[in-house]
Amino acid sequence: MTTTRTSARTRTVTPPPVPPAPPSARDRGTRLLATLFLAPTIVGIVVFTVVPIAGSVVLSLFHWNVIDDPSFAGAANYRETLSDSTVLVSFRNTLVFMVLAVALQLLIALVLALAVNGRMPVWLRSVFRSAFFFPLVLSAASISVVMKYLFNQDFGVVNWLLGLIGIAPVPWLTSENSAMAAVILVYVWQQFGFSFLLFVGGLNNIPKEIHEAASLDGATGLRKHLNVTLPLLSPTLLVASVVGIINALQVFEQPYVLTNGGPGDSTRTVVMVIYESAFEQLRFGEASAVGVLLFVLIMAVTALQFRLSRRFVHYQ
Amino acid sequence: MTQAISTVSRARHSLAPWARITALAVCALLTLGPVIWTVSTSLRTPAESFDLPPRIIPTNPTVESYRGVFDQIDVWLLALNSTLVTALIAVGQMITAGLAGYAFARLEFRFKKPLFALVLATMMVPLQVTIVPVFLVLKSMSLTDTLLGLIIPAFPTAFGTFLMRQYFLGMPKDLGEAAMLDGCGPWRIFRSVYAPLAAPGLAIVGVLAFNYHWNEFFRPLILETSGQNYTLPLGLVSLQGNLGTGSISVVLAGVVLSMIPAVAVFVVGQRPLREGITSAGVNR
Repeated sequence: MTTTRTSARTRTVTPPPVPPAPPSARDRGTRLLATLFLAPTIVGIVVFTVVPIAGSVVLSLFHWNVIDDPSFAGAANYRETLSDSTVLVSFRNTLVFMVLAVALQLLIALVLALAVNGRMPVWLRSVFRSAFFFPLVLSAASISVVMKYLFNQDFGVVNWLLGLIGIAPVPWLTSENSAMAAVILVYVWQQFGFSFLLFVGGLNNIPKEIHEAASLDGATGLRKHLNVTLPLLSPTLLVASVVGIINALQVFEQPYVLTNGGPGDSTRTVVMVIYESAFEQLRFGEASAVGVLLFVLIMAVTALQFRLSRRFVHYQ
Repeated sequence: MTQAISTVSRARHSLAPWARITALAVCALLTLGPVIWTVSTSLRTPAESFDLPPRIIPTNPTVESYRGVFDQIDVWLLALNSTLVTALIAVGQMITAGLAGYAFARLEFRFKKPLFALVLATMMVPLQVTIVPVFLVLKSMSLTDTLLGLIIPAFPTAFGTFLMRQYFLGMPKDLGEAAMLDGCGPWRIFRSVYAPLAAPGLAIVGVLAFNYHWNEFFRPLILETSGQNYTLPLGLVSLQGNLGTGSISVVLAGVVLSMIPAVAVFVVGQRPLREGITSAGVNR
């Protein structure tokens, strides 16, 4: 208190600091407005996301089947989960699915975005853009119903098309070796439009002069794309892969409708296991433990990506 | 000089365009193929469903399969449920995201940063991790197996809030300051100055919400147990399950029916949808 007074007295050139004004009616109005505006979102997020996360962690420590009282289980659910072969296979399936689906999705989207970005009539460009984006507006569940027929071994259109180029019929949905491939193809078919749109937006953000300069320096086709376009597009690539991976780790509709996890457990994913153990077998504790593990996996993969991205992502 | 550059680049690309455009056309056809096949098969007689090569133009076009769908499931009820759920969620998200986005962009209050971080962080939380407790919360409120139980938890939208914040941040600050000098309070500034400008941003939030929730499968599958509360995707999958002997043209007719609103949104809302997705990648 005294120090402020002396400093105010010694300061002759600059005016003394203005004391904070008492909260005016307008400030109070602003704060009240902010509270009212945020309330629905924050309350909703707390009730339906924050509390449930805590709830999942707590539930994962209990045995509970809804009918009997919950009993404390400690780490038993996690031990059980990590030694249950179906759960382990589902984690392996989900990781395999994630790697292949995201890689394929990004590759297809990138090639198509670069191709669409080339010279062509404006109307044609918008036709292509709409076509690649269209599957995104359809429901994954109903499109999987359709795909079940297309991938049928005997009368499906996919095998008929393959037959045209001399490839023998593939037992897509009925063989452990190819069921996952079918699930991945269906998923990628529906999802690549998302990355495609991100890339089209990202490519539009790259200044034209940079490409012209590269052409002047003698860079051509593929080389230009690898050395100039890709680094400039890397922030968009990061977003596309982060979103792609988070989505892929939660895949459910396609395997549920196409194969119901089979044959065997070959297409059973983590989310299918959560669904089955919670809502078919009423093992809420085990389901929550699997959910918590999935959450940890998603956080870890995303953190790893941002770490790696420090070396590969270039900002203009 | 500029002419030299353009001739160089034109010469380099002079052969590529036709090959590139043809390849793109093949890809576009492959992408739309399953949809075209679905529509055409739904118009064929059941006996011709599996014809190979698939006849894109049916020889005896018939809407018999569509009649079959109406006979087997209550399409009107499912469509009504889907419409109700989706429309209310879309409107709800436009309101919550509009208000919260404005607060984060233009109002000053305590804990602004941590609260915004909290909202963003929830984008990373998979639905499936929280579904069991959410189910229990809804059960304690007697909202399981009701449409309301689907609607209320979907009101807060982290992505929508983020989008609207960016949208409001892009508007000039002086508009609000001028209104303040004219004696407008914070509510009037929002109501009369900024809210009317937000319509295009709100359209993006609404179209994204409509598209996502019209097609939603996982939450309805868990929350809705009695047929009268089913939404279209659930009804379709059950339609397929009921038909052991299987007239696929009936199932596909059902798929086509459920696609109609999605396609309508695609036609009307293409631009907002595209902008919503693109801005996820660019506005960082």
